[in-house]
Amino acid sequence: MKEPEVKTPRRRNKFTYVLFIVPFLMFGFCFALVPLYNVFCSAFGINGKTNTTSIRKADTAISDNRNITIQFLATNNEKLPWSFKPNKVELTLHPGENKRVTYYAKNNSDHTMTIQAIPSVSPGNAAKYLLKTECFCFTQQTLGAHKSMDMPILFHIDPDLPKNIHVITLSYTIFDLAKLKNPTARKGGRITR
Amino acid sequence: MTEAVVHAHHGPDRRPGIIGWIARWLFTTNHKDIGTLYLVMSCFMFFVAGAMAMVIRAELWIPGLQIVNPHFFNQMTTLHGLIMVFGVIMPATVGFANWMVPMMIGAPDMALPRLNNLSFWILPFAFTLLTSTLFMKGGAPDFGWTFYAPLSSTYGPPSTDFFIFSVHMMGMSSILGSLNIIVTILNLRAPSMKMMKMPIFVWTWLITAFLLLAVMPILAGAVTMLLTDRHFGTSFFNAAGGGDPLLFQHIFWFFGHPEVYILILPAFGIVSEVVPTFSRKPLFGRNMMIYATICIAVLSFLVWAHHMFTTGITLSAELFFMYVTMLVAVPTGVKVFNWVSTMYKGSLTFETPMLFALAFIVLFTIGGFSGLMLAIAPADFQYQDTYFVVAHFHYVLVSGSLFALFTGVYYWYPKWTGRMYNEALGKWHFWLSLISMNVTFFPMHFLGLAGMPRRIPDYALQFADFNWIASLGAFVFGITQLIFVFNLIYSRYKGKQATMEVWEGSHGLEWTLPSPPPYHSFETPPEVK
Repeated sequence: MKEPEVKTPRRRNKFTYVLFIVPFLMFGFCFALVPLYNVFCSAFGINGKTNTTSIRKADTAISDNRNITIQFLATNNEKLPWSFKPNKVELTLHPGENKRVTYYAKNNSDHTMTIQAIPSVSPGNAAKYLLKTECFCFTQQTLGAHKSMDMPILFHIDPDLPKNIHVITLSYTIFDLAKLKNPTARKGGRITR
Repeated sequence: MTEAVVHAHHGPDRRPGIIGWIARWLFTTNHKDIGTLYLVMSCFMFFVAGAMAMVIRAELWIPGLQIVNPHFFNQMTTLHGLIMVFGVIMPATVGFANWMVPMMIGAPDMALPRLNNLSFWILPFAFTLLTSTLFMKGGAPDFGWTFYAPLSSTYGPPSTDFFIFSVHMMGMSSILGSLNIIVTILNLRAPSMKMMKMPIFVWTWLITAFLLLAVMPILAGAVTMLLTDRHFGTSFFNAAGGGDPLLFQHIFWFFGHPEVYILILPAFGIVSEVVPTFSRKPLFGRNMMIYATICIAVLSFLVWAHHMFTTGITLSAELFFMYVTMLVAVPTGVKVFNWVSTMYKGSLTFETPMLFALAFIVLFTIGGFSGLMLAIAPADFQYQDTYFVVAHFHYVLVSGSLFALFTGVYYWYPKWTGRMYNEALGKWHFWLSLISMNVTFFPMHFLGLAGMPRRIPDYALQFADFNWIASLGAFVFGITQLIFVFNLIYSRYKGKQATMEVWEGSHGLEWTLPSPPPYHSFETPPEVK
């Protein structure tokens, strides 16, 4: 800090302008937090986010001395008029072993609908070790009125899974994409009175 | 709190009549006028948000739904929180900064007077916009002052957009105000006033201003994302589109935690000015006070996720945020220790400002301790979103920030107006506030520990007794504040003339000016001993 009397007005103004930039930088930083957050989540495998594109299975040895139980959950967002459930609610596998399971989906509405399934893994730090080669959540799914289908997931568990994890829950929530594209249509779920 | 006394030879140039009066306050660039405007506005908003608190407590008087429906109850809790934080505590502290900073550092005025005018006059519009949502179709925002997504994005009422723009305006006002304060403090100090010689209130405000500059844009960013999520098809906080609702909480609390220190640091500054005056001793460990404030400000950026222990963050994150949060207790403890040590062996007298300062030290410490309880991650699962949290933040905000503001008003009121406030009324205000504040908020600790959730208009029967007591305390606290306003208005015209020093033990440049001070504080820089 220099003595105030040697400061020319010009220097003072410069300092003020520098201060003016700070809020703009912080505003930008706020938006930079969004990709930063996603990078952190995927780097540390926190927050239960799984891979969103296919991972080719490396030839890892199956460690048959460990049994991992996987539980499957299904949720419809905002009373989506679909029947959505796992065909098998639970299975046990060894790390490294490939498994294929299916979810059943039926469009109960009278028109064609497109949905997006969003996965979440609990406990959150298991997400990094649940690796999906194929998943209906990688792409959007469209079903005609009253049509149904079985949607597959092909996955394996990384043998590096922390020793204290024995049970993993894989949950899917399906979202109506029409509501996502048209925000005003989203107001439906509001509770008043 | 009333308008600054105008000296014929020093006062503002103004045209006669009502137009002249309006123009004078509308276009004023004087730091005292703008300080007064800030303080008067926050006093008014204090009663607006206080009335909402009365509605909340009236509904919670007995179990069941009596007075308002749950939807309106939620609007009340939301607006009460938003207005008390952004419309009362923050503008009041900025008002103090406007009045006191130039006088304390030996400057004639703020460095950027026109900017100062702008930063105040944004606020009335922002709060008109915010409170007008009450009369809109679908009601006012009803998702709590923290406006978590998706409550505010997917499920927010149409008025949420007005709320978003009012937050933008408040943010702009705060940023411009704090910018002005930083420039004033760094450039307009009297030549002989070195940084470490600056009064402690100026120091705390300098640090607060930097915090504001850093985090208000984060809040602006958060509400902007909310706006685009609501209307422009983005999915920042929408899982369906690849976003994450949890991200909102991270961003909000990255702003929110520094924000709570923004509310309390100027309060620390006021109390650090008042305690030495009435102890007739210099502040104990003055430099440590400054370092402790800087320390708290830095730590405030590293503790945000302690608001999110129950959101499923990893164990290592819980441990990190738990320990860093507990670390905040160290510089805060330094401060409390220094206030107490300042009083040790001092010649204490107990005028109203000192009484409020003492209550601040004791009750803020209680709030700090309940904060430490909340910081313990495993225990927080029990306390999260219960009345224990409500009790905690009311102890730090009401008996903390608000009591410190009362301290400051009583302490500097004679300087501002040239007249003493009425000591008897001041003491009534203090004792009634002290008792009713504790009657209101202390039972909430027990309610929270017993599991009563916050933001709920109805409750189970076993909570009835404590709620009845809390409501009673709240009504008394509300009425007591009328004494405060009456005292300020009455003393403005009928109070005794105040001397230049006002207090026997007063210290600092502001007491070398006459009471009331001239329109432009220091025309020539004073010499600092």
